[in-house]
Amino acid sequence: MIEVEGLTVRYGVATALDEVSLEVRDGEMVALIGPNGAGKSTLVNTLFGILRPAAGRVTTTGRLALVPEGRHLFAPLTVDDNLRLGAWRDRKGRDTGPIYELLPELVPLRKRPAGRLSGGQQQMVALGRALMARPDVLVIDEMSLGLAPLVVETLAGHLRDRHAEGLAVLLIEQNARLALDLCSRAYVLEAGRVVAEGPSAELAGSAGVAAAYLGLEA
Amino acid sequence: MAELLQYLVTGVGIGCAYALTGSGLVVIYRVTRVVNFAQGSFAVLAALTVTTLLGAGLPHGLAEILAVLVAGLIGLLCGLVATGKPGTTPQTALIVTLGLGVLAYAVEILFWGDQPRSFAGLAGSTGGVQTHYLLIIGVTAVVLAATALLFARTDLGRALTATAADPYAARIVGIDVLRMGLLAFAVGGALGGLAGVLITPVQQVSFDSDVALVVNGFSAAILGNLTRPALTLAGGLLLGVVQALVGGYLSTSYQSEVALIFMLAVLVARAGRRGVLEAA
Repeated sequence: MIEVEGLTVRYGVATALDEVSLEVRDGEMVALIGPNGAGKSTLVNTLFGILRPAAGRVTTTGRLALVPEGRHLFAPLTVDDNLRLGAWRDRKGRDTGPIYELLPELVPLRKRPAGRLSGGQQQMVALGRALMARPDVLVIDEMSLGLAPLVVETLAGHLRDRHAEGLAVLLIEQNARLALDLCSRAYVLEAGRVVAEGPSAELAGSAGVAAAYLGLEA
Repeated sequence: MAELLQYLVTGVGIGCAYALTGSGLVVIYRVTRVVNFAQGSFAVLAALTVTTLLGAGLPHGLAEILAVLVAGLIGLLCGLVATGKPGTTPQTALIVTLGLGVLAYAVEILFWGDQPRSFAGLAGSTGGVQTHYLLIIGVTAVVLAATALLFARTDLGRALTATAADPYAARIVGIDVLRMGLLAFAVGGALGGLAGVLITPVQQVSFDSDVALVVNGFSAAILGNLTRPALTLAGGLLLGVVQALVGGYLSTSYQSEVALIFMLAVLVARAGRRGVLEAA
């Protein structure tokens, strides 16, 4: 699905990612946690070919889709148009009906311009747009950022449902508690390097992760 | 009264050419953020191409359609040169389009000389007004309506709007942003070409006619902040009518100043706000 090996990405002389390796296997739900500036978004942009690696290798199989940080919806277009464009690569797969069945919250919003929705509604549209690509792996960058807990729980519920249907997920989150709750495995990225990895329960129990990301005493 | 009606119709006719030129600018700017200063050249090249095609024996209609297609192709090439290199900023591309406009002068003089040219339009008059003006108005209405439908009702149009709204998001859903930009340049080229083809029977065109067209087209487009087609149409028509009235009741010498004063007034009114050139 996704295999990253020894990935190094530089902005000029600054190294944003330093020999990062990670893997998301078929049907797996994996978290990547880390603070601001750790290189998480650089990894996303490299996965999607927007940045070029200085060294290392990214191998992907199956279809990848992204829910980007900040949603990045097409503000002047309606919700329905945003969803249709999610299937831009697949001319025959632009029927939005199945997405409204998966995300019924979007049904009353379908004719509204995406730019006029609340943050939570926009995140739901961003998720729907990514699902329109019928991905094998979904990469979600900062799903919970700036959203109310209730909204986050609704989104997490949808994510669990899609995962239960076989969708692989790479969840990139600052909210480590949410990410470790949702995912079976996790990587911790700090200053461009993977500093810890393993089953989520083990990482949550480790003193370093608990203190730095879960707000617990070491 | 008949005189006023005549000025109004001719003004709307000329204003349609400005609106088409301005709409070309808007289509290109919305998708690429590039202010295309070669826009007037598309009109001149198309108009001069019609004179050659008619001279070669092609019938009216076919010659005009081919010339508009040629202008679209030139627009595409212009876009390729101005924006084709990855990482080109809109500001750099703007300067490139300025250079391409100057290059167009050389090409036009080489192939067509420096004397003004024209060709016959729709003959006759209707209600004291040259019928060709009615043709300009009708064709402009149909073409601008079709352009609006392209953007609002087709997936291609949605992709163009999406590219304009958020190029990053467009890339992640798989839209080829560079290709959309080139398409916008082609559509812009065709709209500019159409302006030239329609206006030449009532106004002679020479290699440097692009300046008047681009100044008026830009003035029309800037009313809508280079992003709003409906306001561009309104701006073009307003400019055309005011110029016709000024030319008819005062002096034709002041006609071009009208566009400059109009553009200046809009820019000054917008000063301090997030302006269009700042956004570019």
